[in-house]
Amino acid sequence: MTREITLSKAVNEAIAEEMRRDETVFLIGEDVAEAGTPFKVTSGLVEEFGTDRVIDTPISEPGFVGMAVGAAMTGSRPIVDLMFGDFIYLVMDQLCNQAAKTHYMSGGKLKVPMVLRTNLGATRRSAAQHSQSLHALVAHIPGLKVAMPSSAYEAKGLMKTAIRDDNPVVIFEDKLMYNDKAPVPEEEYLIPFGEANVLREGTDITLIGTSSMRQVCEKAAEALAKDGISAEVIDPRTLVPLDEPTLLKSARKTSRVIVVDEGHRNFGVTGEIASRINEKAFYHLDAPVLRLGAMDVPVPFSPALEDLTVPTPDAVAAAARSLVAGEMTHAA
Amino acid sequence: MAADGSKHNTEDYLRMYRQMVRIRAFEDNANQLYLSAKMPGLTHMYSGQEAVAVGICEALTDDDRITSTHRGHGHCVAKGADFKAMFCELLGKAEGYCRGKGGSMHIADQSHGNLGANAIVGGSMGIATGAALTAKLQKTGHVAVCFFGDGATAQGLWYEVMNMAALWKLPVIYACENNGYSEYTKTEEIAAGSLTARAEAFGIEAHSVDGQDVLAVNELAQKLVARARKGEGPFFIELKTYRYHGHHVGDINRDYYRSKDEEAAWKTTRDPITNFGKWLEGQGIVTADELVEINNEIKADAEAAVAYAEAAAYPPGEEVDAHVFAGVDHALTYIDGAAK
Ligand SMILES: Cc1ncc(C[n+]2csc(CCOP(=O)(O)OP(=O)(O)O)c2C)c(N)n1
Ligand SMILES: [Mg+2]
Repeated sequence: MTREITLSKAVNEAIAEEMRRDETVFLIGEDVAEAGTPFKVTSGLVEEFGTDRVIDTPISEPGFVGMAVGAAMTGSRPIVDLMFGDFIYLVMDQLCNQAAKTHYMSGGKLKVPMVLRTNLGATRRSAAQHSQSLHALVAHIPGLKVAMPSSAYEAKGLMKTAIRDDNPVVIFEDKLMYNDKAPVPEEEYLIPFGEANVLREGTDITLIGTSSMRQVCEKAAEALAKDGISAEVIDPRTLVPLDEPTLLKSARKTSRVIVVDEGHRNFGVTGEIASRINEKAFYHLDAPVLRLGAMDVPVPFSPALEDLTVPTPDAVAAAARSLVAGEMTHAA
Repeated sequence: MAADGSKHNTEDYLRMYRQMVRIRAFEDNANQLYLSAKMPGLTHMYSGQEAVAVGICEALTDDDRITSTHRGHGHCVAKGADFKAMFCELLGKAEGYCRGKGGSMHIADQSHGNLGANAIVGGSMGIATGAALTAKLQKTGHVAVCFFGDGATAQGLWYEVMNMAALWKLPVIYACENNGYSEYTKTEEIAAGSLTARAEAFGIEAHSVDGQDVLAVNELAQKLVARARKGEGPFFIELKTYRYHGHHVGDINRDYYRSKDEEAAWKTTRDPITNFGKWLEGQGIVTADELVEINNEIKADAEAAVAYAEAAAYPPGEEVDAHVFAGVDHALTYIDGAAK
């Protein structure tokens, strides 16, 4: 049986199911209990699991992330709620120097099975410190797994996998998608890490879109279809590990690739994926791999400006048309 | 010495003495390895502070957790670690506690509850507090001790986690080893007000104790650990102590920040091992000859462990991308999906 639920509800179900399944799982963060977070993602959990397992904290991000690391090292499986992805800068030491390296530094003796769930995404008119998409920062660090759900279905399946993983996993949800509905099975399912999802098959060009850029790519593909251009759309679902075989197979088939991601374009996820395709599928390509990312400016407040900074279906379709036409124009 | 001999049995005293001597012997050998250019990198000596690690760790079980610091060999030995695996780790050998991946500054010994040294000053304050959170949530009755230096009290993380530990009555003991210096700077230049008052501001019971007196440290630790197990924590202890060597083994000419007279005075009048040895003699627990015998036996043990570690094998190259992720043999093929 499948029903349509919001991304927010999907995350909530994943956490609740895993908390029922495993007593060592707990949720910790600011206003996660009665308030259910500002996005109401965790509403209802405290009523079922009590304040011992749904823990409201003071506004002390490094403190509670550090505590999650220590709790994870000693037999708990904490899920940390970091209210905004922008706050990841505050917890970098605990996440990148402690959580990410503990297993390695201890020669495999200590484990850190924790999930840090946070968000990304601009156009919520929240300005420069509440709109960033900072997943590239953590994907850069060995020892962290990084998941990027693109709909309610992925949000639930990836969250359940993350909670059961014995490593620190960072999940970035798109905060603009919390109310978006998608079909989600009633039955239990998990989505393994490192398995990209081919959402639409095509022959002329491959559009790789992470998180909500998946929908941007799907809309672009529809528009392109009207022009007779057949676009394949792929959602990598996790950045670490990255399902390179699926991406490369598609690149070799279509010979043209655009990578779309909401992080800043410079030194980011799009560049990383593009260069892996260049390194491993170069002789199958008919055009340079293009990158579309967030504009390399802090996110502005004014809607008139903010909307200029994120990749849109029109921009993706335009870039695709020029690639297919053999024009070496530079997108973005 | 603070305690009266009747409260402990002879075995406890002798174990504490031996553990302090073991730390000193370990450090003397580690220093020698550095000076003879046999050890990769640098290391920070614990010598002089032995009564702190031993006094506290003797109050703990293997299931109680500690977090340690860059100056962590003493905590590791005191929590029960073995010389061979420790020296192997310092030399980057496969039989080291961390298979040579951590080294001196990350040595961890899971089997005895040591969650690891930490090269980020103050970096383990969250980890220790989180270990106490697990203990509370899972009702294990275990206690966590967070060791850190006076310099680490300047890190904001401490105030965040003390606040939460106090709010939630976590079984954690914050043990600040105030050795008078952080690197090349005197504590009074970096710490305003009093350290105990900082903990007290969170409603945390705070104690100050002579960190050169192993009995005083142990007596206090026994009481606080027992109370923490009953849910009366957290606690803070400031332990006044002194490091004998430089900040690290390469810090040799240090008169510009610390006088030779000051160092000599601590070593001759405040040495935790000499003073405890004298007390044991005075109580008729051991003779001077027996102490010499213990010292020699431990020295020989340490030297044998060094020889063992020097001859031990390095980890094979293929381990370089092992242990990046739990459950993944080789990270490099995993992250690009080739292992699928
Ligand atoms: C966050 C951080 N800042 C600076 C350093 C460099 N550093 C290493 S040890 C140290 C002094 C620490 O002093 P204290 O906490 O008193 O410990 P002690 O060395 O006296 O044992 C400093 C500044 C570091 N490792 N981590
Ligand atoms: Mg110090």
